[in-house]
Amino acid sequence: MKLIFERGEEGQFLSILPKCDVPVTKLPEKLKRAGAPHLPHVSENELSRHYSTLAKAVHGVNDGFYPLGSCTMKYNPKINEQVSALPGFTGVHPLQDDSTVQGSLEVLYDIEKALCAITGMDALTLQPAAGAHGEFTGLMLIKSYLRSKGQADVRKKIIVPDSAHGTNPASAAMCDFTIVNIPSAPDGCVDLDALKAAVGPDTAGLMLTNPNTVGVFDKNILEITKIVHDAGGLCYYDGANLNAVMGVVRPGDMGFDCIHLNLHKTFSTPHGGGGPGSGPVGCKAFLADFLPGVRVTRTAKGAYKSGSAKKHFGEVKAFGGNFLVVVRALAYILTLGKEGIPEASKNAVLNANYMQACLKEDYDLAFNVYCMHEFVLTLDRLHKETGVSALDLAKGLLDRGIHPPTMYFPLIVHEALMIEPTETEPKEMLDSVIAAFKELKKVAYENPQALHDAPLHTPVRRLDDVRAARTPVLRYKFS
Amino acid sequence: MGSYVPSSAAEREEMLKKIGVKSIDDLFAAVPRKMLVKSLDLPSGKSELEVSAIMTALSEKNKVYKTILRGAGAYDHYIPAVVGSVLSKEQFVTAYTPYQAEISQGILQNIFEYQTMICELTGMDVSNASVYDGATAMAEAVPMCKERKKTKAYISATVNPAYLEVVRTYCSASDTDLTVIPAKNGKTDVKALEKALSDDAACFILQQPNFFGLFEDAEKIGAVVHAAGAKYVMSVNPISMGFCKTPAEYGADVAVGEGQPLGMPLAFGGPYLGFMACKEAMQRKLPGRIVGQTVDVDGKTGYVLTLQAREQHIRREKASSNICSNQALCALCAAVYLSAMGAKGLSEAATLSTSKAHYLAKELCKIEGVDLVYKGEFFNEFVTTLPETGKVLKALDKAGILGGLPVDGGVLWCCTEKQTKEELDRAVAIVKEVLL
Amino acid sequence: MNIPQDLLFTKTHEWVKKTEDGTVLVGLTDYAQSELGDLVFVNLPMEGDSVEAEESFADVESVKAVSDVNSPVTGTVVAVNDEVVNTPALINETPYDAWLVEVGEIEDTEELMNADEYAAFLETL
Repeated sequence: MKLIFERGEEGQFLSILPKCDVPVTKLPEKLKRAGAPHLPHVSENELSRHYSTLAKAVHGVNDGFYPLGSCTMKYNPKINEQVSALPGFTGVHPLQDDSTVQGSLEVLYDIEKALCAITGMDALTLQPAAGAHGEFTGLMLIKSYLRSKGQADVRKKIIVPDSAHGTNPASAAMCDFTIVNIPSAPDGCVDLDALKAAVGPDTAGLMLTNPNTVGVFDKNILEITKIVHDAGGLCYYDGANLNAVMGVVRPGDMGFDCIHLNLHKTFSTPHGGGGPGSGPVGCKAFLADFLPGVRVTRTAKGAYKSGSAKKHFGEVKAFGGNFLVVVRALAYILTLGKEGIPEASKNAVLNANYMQACLKEDYDLAFNVYCMHEFVLTLDRLHKETGVSALDLAKGLLDRGIHPPTMYFPLIVHEALMIEPTETEPKEMLDSVIAAFKELKKVAYENPQALHDAPLHTPVRRLDDVRAARTPVLRYKFS
Repeated sequence: MGSYVPSSAAEREEMLKKIGVKSIDDLFAAVPRKMLVKSLDLPSGKSELEVSAIMTALSEKNKVYKTILRGAGAYDHYIPAVVGSVLSKEQFVTAYTPYQAEISQGILQNIFEYQTMICELTGMDVSNASVYDGATAMAEAVPMCKERKKTKAYISATVNPAYLEVVRTYCSASDTDLTVIPAKNGKTDVKALEKALSDDAACFILQQPNFFGLFEDAEKIGAVVHAAGAKYVMSVNPISMGFCKTPAEYGADVAVGEGQPLGMPLAFGGPYLGFMACKEAMQRKLPGRIVGQTVDVDGKTGYVLTLQAREQHIRREKASSNICSNQALCALCAAVYLSAMGAKGLSEAATLSTSKAHYLAKELCKIEGVDLVYKGEFFNEFVTTLPETGKVLKALDKAGILGGLPVDGGVLWCCTEKQTKEELDRAVAIVKEVLL
Repeated sequence: MNIPQDLLFTKTHEWVKKTEDGTVLVGLTDYAQSELGDLVFVNLPMEGDSVEAEESFADVESVKAVSDVNSPVTGTVVAVNDEVVNTPALINETPYDAWLVEVGEIEDTEELMNADEYAAFLETL
C-alpha cells in the first residue's frame, strides 16, 4: 500500500478555509519556522480512497470473530455511536459554566450512580482515559490514603500475583511502590500461604483481577481481601475481567476498596484500534475525598453542580475524561438495564464454557475447571510433538478469517492461547471457530510446515520484528 | 430491553448440555452464595428508541454556542467533512490494538504516517503513536528525561494550569521533585530559571505559545536549560506549527502537545490526543506504542509495533510508563485532518487564527477599561482586563457567544479560523454596550 | 552448546574472562543468547560506573523479552564494548567474542564455575 505521502501531486490542496476577512497579522521572522512541514498533498478523492484502502487491511469486530482474551471484544452497538455524535455532546467546551452543561453533568452523574451500583462502590471518577491510567489513579488513591494516615513511608509494598497484567507492576512502580510478586497456586488462583507470607506492616495493598487472568473465579476471595485488610493494606480490583461477573457479583462485596473499569471492554465502547478508552475509578466512601476529576452533585432543585473532591490528590488528565466514550457507555447501560447487565455476563460465561468444553477434546486446558468469561489453552504438548507453537496456530487462524486469541499470556502458562468469545457471538459462530481449531490441530500433526508458513492470504505475511527493532524506521523520510 | 445476546433459548440448552451443567448459574459455583447480587439497583433495560430519546434530551440540556471565544486548552477549529467520513469506518472504530500485524496493516500504516506528520510538525526525529492528552504527554515527558544523577523536574508557571496540575500529580506519585519557575509579565522569568536550575536538573518544561497566548523567549530559555545539563521539553499548539518555529528549531529535546485542534471536537474535554516526539538519542525512552517499518517473509513492506521491550507488558515494574492504550482513533483523526489541510491549509488555519485574535484584541482594547494585560507577541489567545466580567460574559452568552475565560488578572480570549469578522464585531459591540 | 574451557561462568549465564591487566571481560553465554533469541538492543553502563557482584548492571532486549545482566564482580567499569551496542546481533553470532564490559579495580568476585561445572549446571536446567 502506498503511503499517503506518496500519493497526489506537489502543490495539490483542498479548499477548506476561506480568505481572511480581517487584516492579516504578520508575526516577526524570528518566530517563524524555516520551512513548511512536509504534509500530504492530495485531492479529496485520493484522500478518501487512501483511507478506504487502509481500512480494508484491518480486521475489526465487524469483520469476524475476535476472541482476544482479557480484551472483551464484544459487539459495539450502533446506537451508542449515534448518540455520542449528537451536537449537544460534541460541541460543548470543557470550560463552560455549569448552567450551560447540565446535560453533560447529568451524564456523569447518572453513569457514576450506575457504575457504583454495578461494582458496589460508593463514588467514582470518570477522568482516567484508559485501564492503565485507572490503575495509576487507583494506586494514587491508596497512596493518598496512606499519606493521610502518616503511613506512606512505611507501607511501600504492592502485592501482585505473577499472573497479573504487566500494567499492574508498571503502575505500582510509577507510584513509587515496591512490587512483591507472589506465585499463583497450581489452580491459577492466589496462593493463600504465599499471600500470608507476603503481607505485613509494609503492605500498601494488593492488586487483583477476579476472575483472574486465567479466567477462574477465585473462590477464596473473601479470605484474600481479609488477609490484606488485617495486615493494614488496601485491596485494588483490576476491572479488566468485569465482563464475567457484572450484575452477578460485585467487587465491593468481595472486599475491594477501589477499582478501575474499562468502559471499552465491559461496557461495549469501541477500541478504536487502540484507543480512546475510558478507565473510570471507583472507591469506597473512605477514599472518596481523594478522587481526582470532576465530582458532580445534584442540588435539591435538581440542578447539577461540578466540583472537586475535598482532598483530591490532583488531576490525572486535563478536563473531565474521555467524555464521548462515557456517553456511549451510558447508552449501553440504559439499553441493558438491570436485567440485561447480568444477562450479558452470564452469556459471556456460557459461551466461554461451551468453547472450552468443545476445545478440550482436542487441546490441553491450562486449568481444567469451569471457566468464567475466558479460558486458557496450553499448546505446550502440541508444540513438543509437532513443533507448531501458539504463534503458528494463531497465524493459521488468520488465514481462516479469525482474529487469534491473546497469545503467550498469562506468562505463567507455556504456549498460552487465551480465548474470550464474549456474549455477543452466536452459537453458529462459536461452532465454526471450534471447527477451525479442530482442523488446525489436524494440520499441525499432518503438515506442520503449513502452519510455520502461515498466514498466506493476509495483506502481508509474517513480518520481520527483529529487523524492525534492530534498525528502526519510525517515520517516512522525504527525499 | 436489549442485551445483544444472539443465542436462542434452545441453543443455550444445547450449550449447557455440552458443558454438562443444568443451568448457567451452575457455572458460577465458585462465587460464594451470599455474595450473589439479588437485584441490581438499575432501571430496567430500554428499547433503542427510548435510549435515543433519553440521550438526545440530555444532549439538548447542553448549550452549544455559535461563537466560541474561549480556548485555554480546547480549541474550536473547523473540522473538514472528510475527517468524519474516514473516522466512521467500522474497521478503524472497532479494531483492537494492532497486535496481529498481518491483519492490522491499515492501523499500523496510519500510525506510521501519523508519526511522520508529528515529526514534520515539531521537527523532531521520532514520534510515538500518541498518549491520552496534552497534559499527560507533558507529564510522561518527565521520566523520559530522568537519569541516575538527573532527578529534578522544573516547569514554567506559564503552562496551562490544568497541565501543571497533572504534571504535579505524576511527579508526586513518583516522588519527583518539581519546581515551578515563576512568571514575570506573563512570561517565564528567565533569570529565576537560571538561578533555580541545579546540577541534578533533569528537565525544564515550557509551553510555546504559553497559557496566556504569549510567545516565550524560547531560544534563550533553551540555552539556559542546556547549559545546566538538563533536557528541554516544549509543549506546542499543533496549529501554530503551520508557520511558527518548531521545538527542534528552539533546541528542544522532547516536543509534546495537545492534538485536539487537529480535527477533534471540543466534546466537553475528550477524547483528545496527546502527541510526543523526541530526538533520536532519546527514542528508547519514549513511552507508549511506536510503529516501525519492516518487511514480511516475501520482502513486502509492512508495519509492526516495535521497540516493545520498553513497554510495560515486557518490562513490567521496570517500565518507565504503564501506558498501553494510545488514542489510535484520535491519531487517525489528526492524520486525516493534516492530510486534508496540507501544509498550505495548516498555515492558513494558523494565519486566520492569529489574525482574528489580533483583530479582536485591537477592537476590544478600543473600549474604555479593556486593555491587554501583557505586552509581547501572541498567537491566537490573549489576556485583557475586563471590568464587569460577569455581566459581560452573561450578555455574550445571551447572544450565543461563549466569551473568554476568566483568569488571574483578566480574561483569556481565543480565536480560531471559524469566527467571521461579523461575529467578532458583534461580540465587541456587546462588550461595549455592557461597559458604556 | 559451546562452552569454552578458558572461561569462568555464573549461574545467571554470564561468562568471565580474566585479562593480564587484572581486569575481567564479561559477556553472555551461548546458552543465554539462544534462550533470549535475536537480540535487538543492549543497554550498558558507562565507563567509570561501579558495578556490584550479583547485581544487575545492564540489560539486553530481544523483540519480546528483556533480561538483566548481572555482574560477576564488584568493581569499576573501565571499558564498554561499543560494537555490541551498535550491533547486538554479535552476541547471537559470536557470544564469546562479544564482551559487554571490562571491569577493573575488582574488590569482590562471586563464586564462579569452570566450563565443566557450567556444563553440568546446564544439564540440571
